[in-house]
Amino acid sequence: MSKYLLDKFLYTVDRDPDLVERYREDPRGTVAWWEENMANQLLNCHAGERSTWLKFDEREREALSTHDYPALFELGSHPFLCLTLFIAMFERDYDEPLGFQLAYAEALRPWLGKAYPDIAT
Amino acid sequence: MATIAAIIASTHHPFYYRASTAPPEERPPFADEWVAKVEAFRATLTAARPDLLVLVGSDHFHQIWLDNMPQFLVGNAPVYDANWYNEEREFGLPRMRMEGNLDLSNHILRSGLDMGFDLAFSNEMRLDHSVTCPIITLRPQNDLPVVPVYTNIFAPPMPQPSRFVALGKALRGMVESWESDLRVAIIGTGHLSLELGGPRQFGPHGPDPVFDERAVRWIAESDVEGALAEVTLESLALPGNATHGFMDFLLMMGVAGEGVKADYVDTLDLFHTMEAYFTWYPNGVPA
Repeated sequence: MSKYLLDKFLYTVDRDPDLVERYREDPRGTVAWWEENMANQLLNCHAGERSTWLKFDEREREALSTHDYPALFELGSHPFLCLTLFIAMFERDYDEPLGFQLAYAEALRPWLGKAYPDIAT
Repeated sequence: MATIAAIIASTHHPFYYRASTAPPEERPPFADEWVAKVEAFRATLTAARPDLLVLVGSDHFHQIWLDNMPQFLVGNAPVYDANWYNEEREFGLPRMRMEGNLDLSNHILRSGLDMGFDLAFSNEMRLDHSVTCPIITLRPQNDLPVVPVYTNIFAPPMPQPSRFVALGKALRGMVESWESDLRVAIIGTGHLSLELGGPRQFGPHGPDPVFDERAVRWIAESDVEGALAEVTLESLALPGNATHGFMDFLLMMGVAGEGVKADYVDTLDLFHTMEAYFTWYPNGVPA
């Protein structure tokens, strides 16, 4: 269980235009590359210093690898980070303004009236 | 000592810039009413003749990240660049640049620390839409120096709502004790009920119009006691999963002073979230 690492993935991909496109086109390959090369990178430190312990569990890896944003919501990823990145990837595929955002809400409809997953990291 | 020219609390809506600058044929149907309300709100700041703006807002995971998360942070830089690639991408926001005021930044940090607020600081801070939205709406000529104050309303664990009120109250004292002839406006932006990345997002109204109605009354009357009696970190999750941004309104109620009614109140019921605008003139309404 590594909500922090899910958020770190969403955060580092969202802020990099090339990674946004790469994740859109090849989610499984991008997640595998990211976990191998980026997961333990200490942000804002020089590349020689790395953490040693960060990795996804199988559900997290699969949710990211399949663009499964309802699963990412259920796993407690930060909803703002997840929404922002997925808008960047998929808003363009919808003709109507806010079409993707409304489809996203619809996909999460089973959560209406329930306590949302804890997002504390 | 510095004079507090105005205290302003506002929602921040990153879609305003695009809605108000699009060509007429691309403008959404609500744009004209929105622009009219924002321009009326802007006049309340203009009338106060401010020399400098203290801007209270919250970074949206742009520069501030979970490996090093301050609860309250004061900008301490001579210049602030502003807005980020993903805000340009999603909202069409322009890149901006503001002058700082190191003297006031240092005064807020020193006096805040001495008053028991362990404020973090940043000597190189790129601002985001929580503080550039009010520049766009209230001071589009962007001609005044600013001192940004960031709060954590985004990443649990967060400070208690009462702590936001206390910091607001203290912030007012810090500005009023600053040895300066300048007229300072304190501007803070937050949220009413808001859902981002959840099933209630982007609906025809804010996710909880009942909360919004009560919240607007709390703010307009600076009813700190009434708000704190009902608002907790847990309860703020109920009106919408991003409603913790209401705590920045609580901070501004602390700045305004308990029970001090706002001199100007306006709202606009928009899709996704309600807009709300408040101005106080602690030294009298400008002639």
